[in-house]
Amino acid sequence: MIKTNVLGLIGLFTILFYTCQPKFHKSNQNISIISLQQLEQITKGNAQLYIINFWATWCKPCIEELPYFEKINQQYKNKGVQTILVSLDFKEDLKEKVKPFVLKNQLKSQLYLLDVEKQKGWIDEINPNWSGAIPATLFLSKKNTHFKEGELSLNELEELVEIYYQQAIKK
Amino acid sequence: MMKQILILLTFCIGIIAFASDENKEKKGYEIGDIATDFELINVDDTKVSLSQFEDAKGFIVIFTCNHCPFSVMYEDRIIELDKKYKELGYPVVAISPNDVEAFPEDDLPNMKIRSEEKGFTFPYLYDETQEIARAYGATKTPHVFLLHKEQVDEEQALIVKYIGAIDDDKRGNDIEEKYIEMAIKALQNGEEVNPSVTKAVGCSVKWKK
Repeated sequence: MIKTNVLGLIGLFTILFYTCQPKFHKSNQNISIISLQQLEQITKGNAQLYIINFWATWCKPCIEELPYFEKINQQYKNKGVQTILVSLDFKEDLKEKVKPFVLKNQLKSQLYLLDVEKQKGWIDEINPNWSGAIPATLFLSKKNTHFKEGELSLNELEELVEIYYQQAIKK
Repeated sequence: MMKQILILLTFCIGIIAFASDENKEKKGYEIGDIATDFELINVDDTKVSLSQFEDAKGFIVIFTCNHCPFSVMYEDRIIELDKKYKELGYPVVAISPNDVEAFPEDDLPNMKIRSEEKGFTFPYLYDETQEIARAYGATKTPHVFLLHKEQVDEEQALIVKYIGAIDDDKRGNDIEEKYIEMAIKALQNGEEVNPSVTKAVGCSVKWKK
């Protein structure tokens, strides 16, 4: 009798564990703090095209365009395009500001927080044409680098992605 | 034949369009350029021009605004800069360049409130047409242009000596290099400003559509 109860309980917990897990994963989008070197490594992977958007929770125009990048991520993620959202928030704000924001907005693109605070010259290293204003977006393929400072409309972003994607996959 | 000419023409127009587009991106001042004066409305409703500061040796022109958290972080340091360098001939002149439709909190009434709350000791000007921000090449807030009065062809001109950040730490608790102070010291000693350009993350200037 006790045995069946225990077994039943284990069974119940197993079911609960597995039904809760996907939810848990979904809402706990991991955001690692990375260095510039790590970001460079990440963008040297196998994707045909990397779309790297620099944003921050305090930047209103950045937040306005995040849904566009999320849409692009959905449309292109199975085509070898990787969308990466790089937060430039202070790393001390990761728990209190960035994570809650990501949760609330259910962001699905790959997310990092770039820790470059004490690093001189990192903006030029990402792109010499960048003044440091955000939003800013980098389109990287093995063949080309394109950089866009300032906000994009959904139309503009879709156009750019399609052009750069076609360039990237052209043999 | 006609078709080929047409294709060639289209191609040429494409190149010209592309080239001019590239030029557009590069607008704004570089080190050594002559900066334009302006006449902009201040938070006290007067109009302010750099030519009014007859005794100034130069200016710390700072594009800043109410809404940007990084601008806010620098407010106290901007006041300190003005207090210290106004007496030495380099007053701060702050300019707010954003489209106020996108950022209502950056409009003139709110600038007045902010200036009074913080006790700004310097003019806080509203660049309504955004012409000055465009001429200088301000892309973000805060974005500083240090100008130095020099004789050019027997006329006084404002030469751009430094472009970039105020210092190397936004939050101000771990500053290693105070770029503006270093630049003014170099000017006072007749030395080259180094670094003359720095870059830091800022809120992009919201342009009118």
